[in-house]
Amino acid sequence: MPVQGDMMTPDAEALAKAAGGAARSAGQTPLEAGSPEMDLFTGLTRLGDNTLILGHRISEWCGHAPVLEEDIALSNMALDLIGQTQFWLGLAAEVEGRGRDADALAFRRDAWHFHNILLVERPNGDFGQTLMRQFLFDAWHAPMLKALEGSADARIAEIAAKAHREVAYHIERSADLVIRLGDGSEESHARMQAALDRLWPYSGEMMIADAVDLRLAHAGLIPDPASIRPAWDETVNHVLEEATLKRPEGNFAHQGGKQGRHSEHMGHLLAPMQWLQRAYPDAEW
Amino acid sequence: MYAQMVKSEATNDDPEMLAAFQARIDAGERIEPKEWMPEGYRKTLIRQIGQHAHSEIVGQLPEGNWITRAPTLERKAILLAKVQDEAGHGLYLYCAAETLGVSRDDLTEQLLSGRMKYSSIFNYPTLTWADIGAVGWLVDGAAIMNQVPLQRTSFGPYARAMVRICKEESFHQRQGYDLIRKMAEGTAEQKAMAQDALNRFWYPSLMMFGPSDKESVHSAQSMAWKIKINTNDELRQKFVDQTVPQAQFLGLTVPDEALAWNEDKGGWDFSEPDWNEFYEVLKGNGPCNVERIEARQKAWNDGAWFRDGLMAHAKKRDARRQAAQMAAE
Ligand SMILES: [Fe+2]
Ligand SMILES: [Fe+2]
Ligand SMILES: [Fe+2]
Repeated sequence: MPVQGDMMTPDAEALAKAAGGAARSAGQTPLEAGSPEMDLFTGLTRLGDNTLILGHRISEWCGHAPVLEEDIALSNMALDLIGQTQFWLGLAAEVEGRGRDADALAFRRDAWHFHNILLVERPNGDFGQTLMRQFLFDAWHAPMLKALEGSADARIAEIAAKAHREVAYHIERSADLVIRLGDGSEESHARMQAALDRLWPYSGEMMIADAVDLRLAHAGLIPDPASIRPAWDETVNHVLEEATLKRPEGNFAHQGGKQGRHSEHMGHLLAPMQWLQRAYPDAEW
Repeated sequence: MYAQMVKSEATNDDPEMLAAFQARIDAGERIEPKEWMPEGYRKTLIRQIGQHAHSEIVGQLPEGNWITRAPTLERKAILLAKVQDEAGHGLYLYCAAETLGVSRDDLTEQLLSGRMKYSSIFNYPTLTWADIGAVGWLVDGAAIMNQVPLQRTSFGPYARAMVRICKEESFHQRQGYDLIRKMAEGTAEQKAMAQDALNRFWYPSLMMFGPSDKESVHSAQSMAWKIKINTNDELRQKFVDQTVPQAQFLGLTVPDEALAWNEDKGGWDFSEPDWNEFYEVLKGNGPCNVERIEARQKAWNDGAWFRDGLMAHAKKRDARRQAAQMAAE
């Protein structure tokens, strides 16, 4: 057994070294916190991690959906989201300039370096929860992408334009299903209301800006997430009304995902996702 | 394809009409849904197309098993697209079967209750990432071998579905081959996974063509009706001849010591698969039969509220529309 460091020592650095903490000799200096590159990298991983994690979640349904048409629609949506991930994380890696690529970011990053909102990592639950999660996200995603088309960075604007065409269809579809199931049978109504109540506290995070968001908005690169709120409210209010669902009253928002503080679910999601890359680091696939 | 051992149904139709029908088939005409057809022809086709459709649906499961573990974004996207295509194939085929007067729900109930089968190949597990390559290369490869001739089958909707499906299947096969090639050319561990995948999928793939012609008593009528175009053994031989050089190119060994080039026939001699295993799998004793059917049953049962909810909404909407119309009059 190795000798344990003295926990009582005032020299915490020496203690960390003794515990093997210095083994993190990354070789390359990471981007400096607060630098424009780091801000942009963070902003892009927020976009790309949302699409990656949500795409991953819905791909878990593959072959298990309630009807064949839903199997097809879900894998199609997952495919769009994974495709968008390739662009966002690809650009993030380019901005970082440390030799990583989109796959390295997706499959070799630790959970606390992921910047997706908590909503997208929520487990699938029943099909109603999966649909409601999708709807709440799409109602933000579509106007966000629309706004990103005006980014001062042409690369961002280009990715957003392509993604927006796909997501315009996602929101149309998820809104339609929320309406039909909300205003459907007694059971489907109850399930959709329960899903809404349960996911509601996770919907606020995507519209709350932190310091990084504000700097990015100021630079004209990525719009202030709070500016998406009116469009989101309009869609959500209109769809919920038609669906005969009651908009929950609370404004409480769980937060942390964007800053890398995730739920317990995140580790379980990443474990299978990253397993091959982690278990066979020298392999190419 | 994916229709193994489809029994031809007996027909007691008027002999003159039967003869006229046979003459149309012999002349290479296509039979369309609204035209007269013998009851046996209709029933055999329902069974064959239904079995094929079910295979596409159940076939999502062994591949879906690896979607969440795909090792790169590109591979994940390719696999998602493939599984999506398979669900689409299921959809076209159910539509083709529906033109014969059977509903998709009815066919689904028959699958879930075990009265209808799906291809035995999907009762084998996918254990490593290389298996996803092997499935594309060998399973889609065997499917294509079977389905290409079916583009000329006598029943119009089935033939047309096959044209669309074959295009996509050959895409899947190339992608599967590309995946396993990457593994075969990779690290020692990857190469071992590739060889192991070939070892496990080789004989089950050969079984996909159904029992030997000597045993296959149901073929004659189906061949006369051009529901079946080639014999099982013809197709199996073609598949082996195509696949052996592909395995050699990868540096992988086909798990058959008797495999030998036969100059006289211009093809490979090879060992028959273990037909006892085949019949056991058909009876429900394959490694994954129970899981596969349970997964489909669960999807169907858990989805009941969803389907009922959509129906309830459609009814409400119709009622509202009618009420609005009445108010307007
Ligand atoms: Fe097929
Ligand atoms: Fe297929
Ligand atoms: Fe296929």
